[in-house]
Amino acid sequence: MRLLSVTFLAFAALLAAPIVSAADIGQVKVTSGAVHIERGAERLPVTVGARVRVSDTVVTGGDGSVGITFTDNTLLSAGPNSALVLERYVFDSTTHAGKFDARLNRGSLAIVSGKIAKQSPDAMVVKTPSSLLGVRGTEFLVKVESTE
Amino acid sequence: MMRRALRSGAGGIALVLLAACAATPPATVVLLPGQNGKTGAVVVSDGRTETVLDTPYASARAGGGEPIERRTTSAPEVKKQFGVTLDALPPRPIKYMLYFLSGTDQFTTETKKEVQQILAELAQRPAAEVVVIGHTDRVGGKLRNDQLSLQRARRVKIMLIPLGIPEESIVTAGRGEREPIVPTADNVDEPKNRRVEINVR
Repeated sequence: MRLLSVTFLAFAALLAAPIVSAADIGQVKVTSGAVHIERGAERLPVTVGARVRVSDTVVTGGDGSVGITFTDNTLLSAGPNSALVLERYVFDSTTHAGKFDARLNRGSLAIVSGKIAKQSPDAMVVKTPSSLLGVRGTEFLVKVESTE
Repeated sequence: MMRRALRSGAGGIALVLLAACAATPPATVVLLPGQNGKTGAVVVSDGRTETVLDTPYASARAGGGEPIERRTTSAPEVKKQFGVTLDALPPRPIKYMLYFLSGTDQFTTETKKEVQQILAELAQRPAAEVVVIGHTDRVGGKLRNDQLSLQRARRVKIMLIPLGIPEESIVTAGRGEREPIVPTADNVDEPKNRRVEINVR
């Protein structure tokens, strides 16, 4: 019984591990106009120093823009009327191995890729409603055309 | 193609797929020249074909039920289309080096002159996250150098707190004599190795 509970605890610890790594993956450095983060059912205000997490959706209004620096030194900014989902982010600060998937549902992005894209050419992907962008260590811009 | 699909009897499904495709807003990608003169690459795929952008200002538009369209844009056009977005990019991460007198946590004369400028720059950075790493040369014992490297890093950390950088945003570490800039034999006095690196994100 005791052995079982030890095993259970170890298993529970394993399950709990992703929660720790799923914590803060980047920090807001620049913000202007209307910007907020959707985290589950919460709608969080965004100020300089706010931290972002995996699964967050970063939303800007018509006058809004936001700039975020991630823990692998990826720099990212979103222009007005944007919705960006941080779908996946894993980064090992020792080996620099990782994975970064972001989805731009609307609006525009500027990206200066960081250590994740540098370590492996397939590690960073930006998705738009109509395309997949594989990032090979670079600076680039993306704009999704407005449907209105 | 649509007419053929209609005739084949799977027309309903094909029409729905086409409609979905046309409703997908197209997206444009522009590759920028890299800051250090090296331009990277972006592979653009629309699920049917892919194209590689690897020259400055190469651009691709995908979606809207049309094939990927390539063109070359320009710096002024980018500024017009993406100016607000680019203005919101955070400052680039930066690294500073401070140097020390042998066996102490006192700055060299040269570093003393530069340090105020460095601190002024650091104070300007929004929500700075700082990693301060101390190093030594190989004069003295390993254990003593571990302590000295950490002492140097802490000395620098203390100077950052009055800038308004919260303590929890400053990580310090001492690497002793393990990571020399200039590898030397033991007990060699090497000014380039007696340093603190400040990495700011």
